[in-house]
Amino acid sequence: MNRLRKRIESAKQKWEALQGSESPVIYVGAASCGKAAGAVQLIAQTERFLKENKVSAEIVQVGCIGPCYLEPLVDVQMPGGPRVSYNNVTPKSLGPILQSALVERQLLTRGAIGQFGRNSYKGIPGFFELPMLKPQVRVVLRNCGFIDPDQIDHYLAVDGYLGLMNALQATPEEVIGTVRQSGLRGRGGAGFPTFKKWTFCRGAPGEQKYLICNADEGDPGAFMNRSLIESDPHAVLEGMLIAGYAIGASKGIIYIRAEYPLAIERLNNALRQMRECALLGEGILGSDFSFDIKIKEGAGAFVCGEETALIGSIEGKRGMPRSRPPFPALSGLFGCPTVINNVETLGTLPNIFRNGAEWYTRFGKEGNRGTKTFSLVGKIRRPGLIEVQLGTTLREIVYNIGGGLQKPFKAIQTGGPSGGCLSEEFLDLAVDYESLAAAGSIMGSGGLIVMDEDTCIVDLARYFLDFTQKESCGKCTPCRVGTRHMVEVLEKISHGEGSAEDLLVLRTLGDTIRKGALCGLGQTAPNPVLTTLRYFRNEYLEHIKDRRCRAVVCKDFIEYRVIQEKCTGCQSCVRVCPTGAISGPRAEPHNLDASKCIKCRSCYEVCRFDAIAGDAIVIRTAEKKS
Amino acid sequence: MSEAMKVIFNRHERGRDALIPILQDVQKELGYISPESVAAISRYLRISENEIFGVSSFYAQFRFSPPGRHSVRVCLGTACHVRGGSTLLDCLQNGLGIACGESTPDRRYDLERVACLGCCALSPVVQVDGKIFSKITVNKLTELLKYYE
Repeated sequence: MNRLRKRIESAKQKWEALQGSESPVIYVGAASCGKAAGAVQLIAQTERFLKENKVSAEIVQVGCIGPCYLEPLVDVQMPGGPRVSYNNVTPKSLGPILQSALVERQLLTRGAIGQFGRNSYKGIPGFFELPMLKPQVRVVLRNCGFIDPDQIDHYLAVDGYLGLMNALQATPEEVIGTVRQSGLRGRGGAGFPTFKKWTFCRGAPGEQKYLICNADEGDPGAFMNRSLIESDPHAVLEGMLIAGYAIGASKGIIYIRAEYPLAIERLNNALRQMRECALLGEGILGSDFSFDIKIKEGAGAFVCGEETALIGSIEGKRGMPRSRPPFPALSGLFGCPTVINNVETLGTLPNIFRNGAEWYTRFGKEGNRGTKTFSLVGKIRRPGLIEVQLGTTLREIVYNIGGGLQKPFKAIQTGGPSGGCLSEEFLDLAVDYESLAAAGSIMGSGGLIVMDEDTCIVDLARYFLDFTQKESCGKCTPCRVGTRHMVEVLEKISHGEGSAEDLLVLRTLGDTIRKGALCGLGQTAPNPVLTTLRYFRNEYLEHIKDRRCRAVVCKDFIEYRVIQEKCTGCQSCVRVCPTGAISGPRAEPHNLDASKCIKCRSCYEVCRFDAIAGDAIVIRTAEKKS
Repeated sequence: MSEAMKVIFNRHERGRDALIPILQDVQKELGYISPESVAAISRYLRISENEIFGVSSFYAQFRFSPPGRHSVRVCLGTACHVRGGSTLLDCLQNGLGIACGESTPDRRYDLERVACLGCCALSPVVQVDGKIFSKITVNKLTELLKYYE
């Protein structure tokens, strides 16, 4: 333990030196999303700039701070000054930022969106005072975007592994007691009390026990776990050590999607550093607790997020769920007692053990303690990764944090493909496990997808069912055959061949699958259909009776047309049309041959961005029958 | 047994739970799971070839034919779907004349759909050879693919 304390000492000094650096420091948000938005080019450009101008500055690659709509984010810290953030930086806008900071030694205040901490500049708001950040509470995400995820020293400097040290000074039973007191529930979606799972496993007979970190984040539209691992891997690993100690496990496994290469790279790097600091292996920090962690890459199967399927996959089998009991806590991996915790659950633990259980209970409300991260995406002005207290209303999340929508709100999907689609009247619903379940949805792992009037509800339900049907492992009949049947009925409706009885069929199938399926995937698969049937019945009926799709999505109900009065004959659409459906000489209104049109949207896209013709091509659906 | 397979086997302990990691290494090395590699794995792990095919065909990651020169993966996560990901896929299938999971006859492109790349705020996204392109439109996509010979 003394060796680590020394390391912490020097890490803190290094961290202080970075904060008070004599030369400017450039921080670039370089998680997967930042990189996709252009961070890689910006880092290369900064390095070139330093060389060409023979100036010195430190470049620090940090993780994701959350507001994806501001990506790529570049922060500049002048000697003695605070970190100042610039948003949506492009190679063109980076030039002046670097020029003024590094050559003229004068921070460019124009274009700065926010700043952090001490000796602040006038006229630039605090970053956490921004409307998206202000209502948020950062517990799990506290380090994301601040520290370099590839440096254990950064994590140590911000009190990393302090929680582990506290936990190791208590007995495993006391550790479980603390988690019980904190009220932490599984953040993977089901919300099972974490301490209960641990108690079962600790009490189970068997020499060898396993702890598995479930990082198989398969929900389309969710990226909380990826972001956390990419931005603060040590928090999750510290949580694994605490959990392993509590349940008496000596082996930990991280089961992570192969689609997250950067997260895997950062975990591998973090594990190497932990070994250097003797945080893995025999007798960790001088205690008699021994633990080691291995990474297992998933191979692309959504159902492997289910506990027993995940175990099957690690054992080298097809990832098919099995019936429970026995629960994994009694008989899991290789028949040994196993606890499977979600990334976020584990990432929360260091905070609880650093600040105490009572501190954690200050967040959230009775029965739903603490915070939850969400990936807020879809038709929203400020998409991103957010963290709020449990019990926050959907309205607060959509409007105050997300900044609302461009077009009128239609629905919000919580819990991914296993969740439900809620209409406007639920906006004042508090986001907690029980309230969401009562509305027919689930908390899920934390995907929140906002939809406006351009989203067709029938198409959305078909999309989700199509997804779960493809991912169904095929073991139990209700799920294998039932989801298939539901998809076929939904396709019929979206092609204009549906009948009113189909809605009853959907309902009956949905109820049967929910009751009869073997695992969570099947039991929750009908949720998107059942909730939309409840809250958006009219849209189904419009598809069936009026053969009309009000969102102008379902291809069988729409047609493309050139508005003759508006078309300037610019030929842009003629050039992009893949089937030659649009024709006409230059400077004369074009013609669109509906029999050749495959409704691919290419012409609509080019026309919309044409300043002169703007919207000369329209996509229309049938008139509403009165 | 080929040298490449030997190197892969040396990285893994002989055990049932090594099957998927070995398959992943083979795919990384060869680009696909060849019948010969399955035979070699079968001998090494003492699992029947049938069973190896059973496991590998369960997972979306594994492919059984040689890949094309460029892998094009269209994200069909929910955020991408509501922002037009499926239109992108339709256009690619039309334009390239192949379905998902196939390669173009000249082996220039592989087309795949992927459940979610986790870049939902940048949707719709397309991944070409591992690189993610954000906020893609039908026309941007057509332009983009021209750069991949």
